[in-house]
Amino acid sequence: MGHEPVKFYQVGSFAVGNRLLDRDERTVQSDSGRSNSLTSGHRACQGCGEALGARYALDAAMRAAAGRLVAANATGCLEVFSTPYPETSWQIPWLHSLFGNAPAVATGMAAALKAKGRTDVRVVAQAGDGGTVDIGFGALSGMFERNDDVLFICYDNEAYMNTGVQRSGATPPAARTATTEAIGDEPGNVFGQGKNVPMLAVAHEIPYVATASVAELHDLERKVERAMGLRGARYIHILVPCPLGWQAASCDTVRLARLAAETGLFPLFEAEHGRVVDVRPIRKRVPVEDYLRPQGRYKHLFGEHGRPDLVAAIQEIADGNIERFGLLAEAVEAGAR
Amino acid sequence: MMHKPFAITLEVGSSLTNHTGSWRVERPVYVDRLPPCNDGCPAGENIQGWLYHAEEGDYEAAWRLLVKDNPLPAVCGRVCYHPCETACNRAELDEAVGIHAVERFLGDRALEAGYRTEPVLPPSGRRVLVVGSGPSGLSAAYHLARLGHEVTIHEAAHEAGGMMRYGIPKYRLPRDVLDAEIGRIVSLGVRIELGRRVTDVARARQEGGFDAVFIALGAQLSRRAYLPAADSARILDAVSFLRSAEGADPPSLGRRVVVYGGGNTAMDSARTAKRLGASDAVIVYRRTRDRMPAHESELEEALAEGITMSWLSTIERVEDGSVVIEKMTLDDTGFPQPTGEYETLGADTVVLALGQETDLSAVERLADVSVRDGGLEVGEDMMTGHPGIFAGGDMVPAERTVTVAIGHGKRAARSIDAYLRGERSTRPGRHELARYDRLNTWYYADAPKTVQPELETVRRASTFDEVVGGLDADNALFEARRCLSCGNCFECDNCFGVCPDNAVVKLGQGKRYAFDYDYCKGCGICVAECPCGAIVMEPEMI
Amino acid sequence: MLTQIEGSKAVAEAVGLCRPEVVCAYPISPQTHIIEAVGAMVKAGRLGSCQFINVESEFAAMSVSIGASAMGARAYTATASQGLLFMAEAVYNAAGLGLPIVMTVANRAIGAPINIWNDHSDAMSVRDSGWIQLFAETNQEAADLHILAFRLAEELSVPVMVCVDGFVLTHAVERVDLPEQDQVDRFLPPFEPRQVLDPDEPVTIGAMVGPEAFTEVRYLAHALQLQALARIPSLATEFAAAFGRRSGGLVRPYRMEDAETVVLALGSVLGTVKDAVDSLREAGHRLGVLGVTTFRPFPAAAIADALSSARRVVVIEKAFSIGGHGILGADVALALGRSGRDGPRVHDVVAGLGGRPITEASLRRMLAEASEGRLPDFTFLDLDRGLVERELRRMDATRRSGPSAENLLRDLGVASTRIG
Repeated sequence: MGHEPVKFYQVGSFAVGNRLLDRDERTVQSDSGRSNSLTSGHRACQGCGEALGARYALDAAMRAAAGRLVAANATGCLEVFSTPYPETSWQIPWLHSLFGNAPAVATGMAAALKAKGRTDVRVVAQAGDGGTVDIGFGALSGMFERNDDVLFICYDNEAYMNTGVQRSGATPPAARTATTEAIGDEPGNVFGQGKNVPMLAVAHEIPYVATASVAELHDLERKVERAMGLRGARYIHILVPCPLGWQAASCDTVRLARLAAETGLFPLFEAEHGRVVDVRPIRKRVPVEDYLRPQGRYKHLFGEHGRPDLVAAIQEIADGNIERFGLLAEAVEAGAR
Repeated sequence: MMHKPFAITLEVGSSLTNHTGSWRVERPVYVDRLPPCNDGCPAGENIQGWLYHAEEGDYEAAWRLLVKDNPLPAVCGRVCYHPCETACNRAELDEAVGIHAVERFLGDRALEAGYRTEPVLPPSGRRVLVVGSGPSGLSAAYHLARLGHEVTIHEAAHEAGGMMRYGIPKYRLPRDVLDAEIGRIVSLGVRIELGRRVTDVARARQEGGFDAVFIALGAQLSRRAYLPAADSARILDAVSFLRSAEGADPPSLGRRVVVYGGGNTAMDSARTAKRLGASDAVIVYRRTRDRMPAHESELEEALAEGITMSWLSTIERVEDGSVVIEKMTLDDTGFPQPTGEYETLGADTVVLALGQETDLSAVERLADVSVRDGGLEVGEDMMTGHPGIFAGGDMVPAERTVTVAIGHGKRAARSIDAYLRGERSTRPGRHELARYDRLNTWYYADAPKTVQPELETVRRASTFDEVVGGLDADNALFEARRCLSCGNCFECDNCFGVCPDNAVVKLGQGKRYAFDYDYCKGCGICVAECPCGAIVMEPEMI
Repeated sequence: MLTQIEGSKAVAEAVGLCRPEVVCAYPISPQTHIIEAVGAMVKAGRLGSCQFINVESEFAAMSVSIGASAMGARAYTATASQGLLFMAEAVYNAAGLGLPIVMTVANRAIGAPINIWNDHSDAMSVRDSGWIQLFAETNQEAADLHILAFRLAEELSVPVMVCVDGFVLTHAVERVDLPEQDQVDRFLPPFEPRQVLDPDEPVTIGAMVGPEAFTEVRYLAHALQLQALARIPSLATEFAAAFGRRSGGLVRPYRMEDAETVVLALGSVLGTVKDAVDSLREAGHRLGVLGVTTFRPFPAAAIADALSSARRVVVIEKAFSIGGHGILGADVALALGRSGRDGPRVHDVVAGLGGRPITEASLRRMLAEASEGRLPDFTFLDLDRGLVERELRRMDATRRSGPSAENLLRDLGVASTRIG
């Protein structure tokens, strides 16, 4: 081995900050001057992935927009825990209208800005998986199809957590929810096709689609920044583990998000104008069992009366993703980027 | 000012009045743990600390922190068997950090740049005699001088350095490096009186009016074994052999050399023999490779240079031009047992590298010192049974390495300093060890160890040029940055970032973080995601 | 400028004169001509930088309007019937957030059975949503009410719905006096939002409000509507001064002097009613008409005052509460009951459902009955009694509930032979 250029840093580009990086290469989250778009005092559960993801994404968007940002928010945990009268945790201009209409509300905001000739202010809309893949999907699809100048962010915690953990179109197979109990011959959620809204977004051929996770901050921020650098309809789907609904330890939020990606169950990719242009390779591939076991919602798959057949079926899904997106290629190189 | 409709529209950031810290049942607390490298360093270096500076490319700061503990980094970076790397947690991830290589880089860079050290305390007016200028003597002298004491070294040889000069071959430790590091100690005000053998420590102390003495005579006597030998057989002991190889008139060995023994000195002897012109150099060792005391790296280098090994062999007798060896077998306890099978090896010279002993005659007249395992017994504070007389290095029972000796010198210096003030030195408390399982290694980029360039084996087998090259600045930086900072916050901002409640306050570079317990809900993500394991959860007190 | 113009186009022109900034459209009969015309204006560049958004549903139409209005833009949309129901959640939301959106409802029946023709079931279904609801009598008024609506909405920060009878007005060509742009500009100042999403002054809009303040929030919305009740007449006066004709206001009396019987109605039916009343007056009946322009907020006091000397009130309404009663009628009865006087008797006449023509002849017949004291309290104009009674008998006979023996007999055909 000859001369090797200095490209590794003590924590590479994986930790939040890195004193060894140039200031402008550091994450937004490492900056004590970050917006804290969602500030302290909110009523999210301990270890809430959505609260974390929302701050990650919006702070990055705030930096990209030089602080000129407005947000539309669907009904859901994020809205409820952040804005119970008389206190709000938001520090940005923020509007909550309804559960299913955040994409359309954002369209209206963007239209108003365009009518007023204001190009400085940017529009973000956000919703949970219910507000995105189910009740808000019509509005989302319309917003995509018109290519409205909105960045839509879905915080996917894979069920209706706000109402007490009921199944959504984003709930994964075999997962226990309050409406897919872990009983009978097919415990938990069905093994269907699932509703893959990121790929549906790709099918709309909008300028930008990405999946991200709270375990991959650099990746997430880069994607938000990329999205904010474009105009038109853009979509980012962020996996945000929910300790309550996933029946997991509150300290495991980031770990589970990481395992979701490292198993291949949640592929991290980017697409532009209908084509997948980049994937985040898996760094250390792990079997799905490592991801499933710490989650109470999959408890029925293990133990004496466990269902190894269902675990195997979930592994097949992960393997399928790995093959479909090419998640193993050049992992080390890309990881060091 | 906007007229905000009642209740529907709210003032931003108003939730700060809601102190969610009251939800907490456990609280995160920052801790410091003892990194395994620091734990493993016989010289007591704050390795993780100096790597921290090196990571930033601040090599001078790194070096200055390094030499707070060890005055000979350029030497140690070359000859230390780096137990720090054996202990390094990174080995479980990919490969241990090449600490010695960075140390050597820092040491060399300091020599190039001419960095000097200064006493940290004003002159105390107290005088200390150091006997022997090997690594422990030099280390003690250096630390004592830094603490303001006047130090004189009495050295029997004509040049300072002890075994670093007369035991370690040049190809492992170039003499200009050794000279330069010794020179820097001298420039601190340490007097080295060469050619001055101390035969009676008590008398030397009294005559010189020294307030305390540190004896570091080393282990200069080769252990002998009785071998039936023909009169004409040429048998050398390794210590003398290596010493004479250092001189202007190296011994002539003949074509075939057999080295007897399995330690590092045996390796050095065989490799030196090869450089002095031997075409065959064979090491005869009675056990197997995995039981050999020599360091693996030394063996690897020896094998690469064409040294051959005769495992499970003892020398039965030495004849003219050959040795007869008996093949051994290991019994259930791993002890070699004779087999009665014999072989003959051609040998023009036999070098015995069977261990070394200390000449204790200089302390014979001290009634209150005691001897154990052929070494001088000392306390935790390195003091012998005789008040004011301390000892260290190879002459006390311990592992005999340069770095252990340097550590002895440092510890002795601190004890002597305390003794001179009428106190007893106490060793500072140690933090809990930073174990690998406390780390969240996912955050560390995959980064294999930089391999130091090595002289092509063909070339080095015939010259005393340094075998192992140094790192360049880029590689040193790369290597330093592989440090995981086990157990101690290195300000990666993870806790600051991963808190869903913004309950971590960043105190500014170098000042780390604080928890804002008004908002911390006690979820524990910061603990789970701290790469280096420097946060723990503690039960909340009611 | 006087012009012969379709009602929808007149509405579109009036909306255009109000300089909307965001217009959302999802097509539904009979609203289509309105949004087509506005869309054409935007495409032609007549409305400056106005954004015309073809949305994917009425729910989105109102939602886009909410976003636009919250961003400080003057927002407009139009719908009807099923569309209004589909956006109902957002209709309530716009009012709850106090966003001054103006929406045309081209009134149409609600299915099933699906029916594209005019009645007021759609508007009535959202009468409690917190929107101001104005009903146009003519195409001229339909146009004018939009100008008033923007002014009123933005002054009070309350959304306003302008109800225009589908087909009857929207598709009828009439002479309309369209105002000049500068007239409208003088009457309608630029939109200055009460609250707005602004990075320079960030706020959280749309908080979650619990039991501790929800009643107060709702009361304040109610109080705002009561303010509107006071403001609407004065605005009508201002409008008259600015445009030279009367439009808007709370109620509009017609030949109320010495009227014993007063006909009360919303929207375009008032024209026919007036014709009927005119001819009945000639026959000696003491009849008057009270048109209700503002349905929400409900002008209870104005109605009670206007009806103080009447002996009976006939409320003609194009919607009713199934299983209950007339909707407007109930409001009127309540207004009169609460006035503390011995009020007139209130008759509810449900008429014109699903586009059934309300003919002058039928009205005259019905009003004559009323004058003679023969009109029931709750009745349906031109109901085919023979048909419904026959059907009711049949239903009664074939109903599958009841004693099992009877059903069994029916299944065996014993009972079925009796059914004609």
